[in-house]
Amino acid sequence: MSMARLPSGRTFPVAVNTSSVAVITGNKAAAEAARLARVEVIAAYPITPQSGVVEALASYVEAGMLDAEFITVESEHSAMSVCIGSSIAGSRVFTATSANGLAYMSEQLSWVAGSRLPVVMGCANRAMSAPWNVLNDQQDSMSQRDHGWIQLYCRDNQEILDTFLQAFRLAETLSLPVMVCYDGFILSHTVMPVDVPSQEQVDSFLPPLAAQTILDIADPRNINPVTLANPRKNGNSVLCHGYMEFRYLMQQALDKALTAIVDVDKEYEEHFGRSCGGLTWSYALEDAEVALIAAGSLANEATVAADALREEGIAAGVLGIRSYRPFPDARVAQELKQARLAVVFDKSLTYGYGGPIYVDVQAALYRHKGTAEVHGYIGGLGGRDINAHQLSGAVQESLSWMKQEQAPKPINWLNLQL
Amino acid sequence: MSWPCVGEAGRTGDWRIGRPVLDPEKCIAAKKNRILCMQCWVFCPDNVITRTVPPTIDLEYCKGCGICAAVCPSQAIEMHPEHEHGASTEREDLSCGC
Amino acid sequence: METPMTTNILNLPEKEYLLPGNRACAGCSVGIAFRHVTKALEGKAVLVVPASCFTVLCGMYPTSSVTLPVMNCAFPSTAASASGIAAALKKQGRTDITVVAVAGDGGTADIGIQALSGAAERNADILFICYDNEAYMNTGTQRSGLTPMGAYTTTTPSVGKLQFPKDIPAIMEAHGVSYIATASPGYPGDLYDKVYKARFMKGTRYIQINAPCPAGWGYPASDTVKMARKAVETGAFILFEIEGGHYRLTGHSLRLAGGKDRRPIAEYLSEQARYSRTDDDTIAMVQRRVDERWHAALKRHYSEKVEEDV
Repeated sequence: MSMARLPSGRTFPVAVNTSSVAVITGNKAAAEAARLARVEVIAAYPITPQSGVVEALASYVEAGMLDAEFITVESEHSAMSVCIGSSIAGSRVFTATSANGLAYMSEQLSWVAGSRLPVVMGCANRAMSAPWNVLNDQQDSMSQRDHGWIQLYCRDNQEILDTFLQAFRLAETLSLPVMVCYDGFILSHTVMPVDVPSQEQVDSFLPPLAAQTILDIADPRNINPVTLANPRKNGNSVLCHGYMEFRYLMQQALDKALTAIVDVDKEYEEHFGRSCGGLTWSYALEDAEVALIAAGSLANEATVAADALREEGIAAGVLGIRSYRPFPDARVAQELKQARLAVVFDKSLTYGYGGPIYVDVQAALYRHKGTAEVHGYIGGLGGRDINAHQLSGAVQESLSWMKQEQAPKPINWLNLQL
Repeated sequence: MSWPCVGEAGRTGDWRIGRPVLDPEKCIAAKKNRILCMQCWVFCPDNVITRTVPPTIDLEYCKGCGICAAVCPSQAIEMHPEHEHGASTEREDLSCGC
Repeated sequence: METPMTTNILNLPEKEYLLPGNRACAGCSVGIAFRHVTKALEGKAVLVVPASCFTVLCGMYPTSSVTLPVMNCAFPSTAASASGIAAALKKQGRTDITVVAVAGDGGTADIGIQALSGAAERNADILFICYDNEAYMNTGTQRSGLTPMGAYTTTTPSVGKLQFPKDIPAIMEAHGVSYIATASPGYPGDLYDKVYKARFMKGTRYIQINAPCPAGWGYPASDTVKMARKAVETGAFILFEIEGGHYRLTGHSLRLAGGKDRRPIAEYLSEQARYSRTDDDTIAMVQRRVDERWHAALKRHYSEKVEEDV
């Protein structure tokens, strides 16, 4: 059994005889996962930095490596519309997008979740416009977090492949859509070693979609009709749900997802020898006084910052947020039990308030009576680079505010150049 | 998801202010005693007229639009004011009538 | 190409797929049209329905007025949603049902046009039916891209619409789709035949149905069939089909072409309250436009006429 090693230092075993390690981009990893998942209908529309995913899938389909209907739609809204139609008709579907494309399909994101369809979509995180910016931040997916999709963030290209495969299992078990988010350019376009499992391995983990036969002439149904505020009787005088009951059931499913995400990750580890951490992952957190918190590749960079802080005598660790929706508030509070300070790094803003992860971490601690002080930093917007040095510098700044008993501003900017 | 059911909107016969009344003595199909004409059946928007000799009209759901009376080539259907037949005092909730 | 005889209404199938007691207005032409559309489909279809009057006709949760599978979809997405169903059915090897998109004029020509154009360009295997009641009727008669010149709507309340409507069949022809037709609830045999023919074709097929609306156009509910016929009798609405690029007039429009007097447009407009404040100059413009389009239709019909055409 050989060991593969990622830039972050993370290692994992690779069973060389049944799978192969490829040095590939994050986009390619996403495409490989979709191929291995045997997706049946792909809706494809280009947008930087996601286009590589659909380009790779096009070549697989044309080469006969993937037996799927490849629909080159004329917009992202139509991409999700195609996914909806295909999913309702019982096929496993896939699409990917970024930024403005994700925003364009916003109404359909809500439609998919409300329809309880097991759609899996990749989001190569990119800045929202205006002004135009094609580089990385997390504003796009964060802006769409309220619709009811599960949102999972990946820290490296291996995790992209692994998370997509887990996403299909999750989606189809819970009847909830899953958005797999990964940083545009930083992950989508950079190459890393990725263990690509064999088709047989994936087939044993991910069975074919057991779709309900909804489109049945013999048993015709009206799908997604207009609902009213209150329950209403059907043709057999049975009182049926009002809109609110449907939405309650959706929230319930997201609650169940908190357990399912952990379970599926465990099962994945049994099959493939790798875990993504479940809801969150941690690095040197057990005895940490200061926790650096982020989602995606930034959390990986934070591990380097944590090492540097440790060398300076600060007991720092990292809490990586993998599942952002559902937000694992109990788990976050648990992981921060021993910390004095949590420094949250957001690559987005819920404008008018603060960083979304920062805001949710604060609420989690308050709810679970956590004692750590929480400071929030905004950085990396529009692709501005964040390095470990800046992260550890921010932690030092936070610690000095604490020492001086100074209340930090709710929003602190990392490397702003006014 | 919904399943098909007659009377989805309740007893739409309650919508009427005019009720169609068919006179078999003028109805072409009735006079010839076979399926003929059937204009009323073809043009009813609500599928409440039967393709029979003579056609019959389901007053439970007939909305009283009057198209049948307008298209009948022999003026066999007349619209009578609904109140002449006694207004219904039954009030249905929005449940299906089937 | 053989000109088939229009199916006699006495030979229309008896089975019904629209159930009584639905939520459509009294006298709604969409009910008439879709009784015959669904007969032509023999129920072997899935209807894809965006926000529109037809959504309401099909029923609110948890009761449905249509004995066919119906997939409701977001307003702009009809042709794309339908494409998705078609792709999945193809992948599953299912050939038992036709995917039929059913949208109003707004959902076809305005908010829905992007998806329709994309689907047509891809030659998606869908039958797209637009029922054109010439405004956003479901939301209370606001003007759409298919509202006729001069018509009152709530968003063109003083002088009526200032523009001519879009020509969606021509746009579909520019996309090179294999079958385009117009149809009317005033001529159910012609409508039935076109849907039946389109049903068995592959690729994108487009049918536009004229849909008079008593509430929105301002005429008594009993006059819906009369209004539909008047539209064709004046040439305001022309019945034709374009099959594989070959254009021919059908039904009553074909009879009119043969020399029957075409009625003046004023006979049609004067019956509808939505034209009650339209000035004479506008009506004259409308007449001129109807004349131009009619003569172009005649010219095209005769220039493309083949031996077997009538």
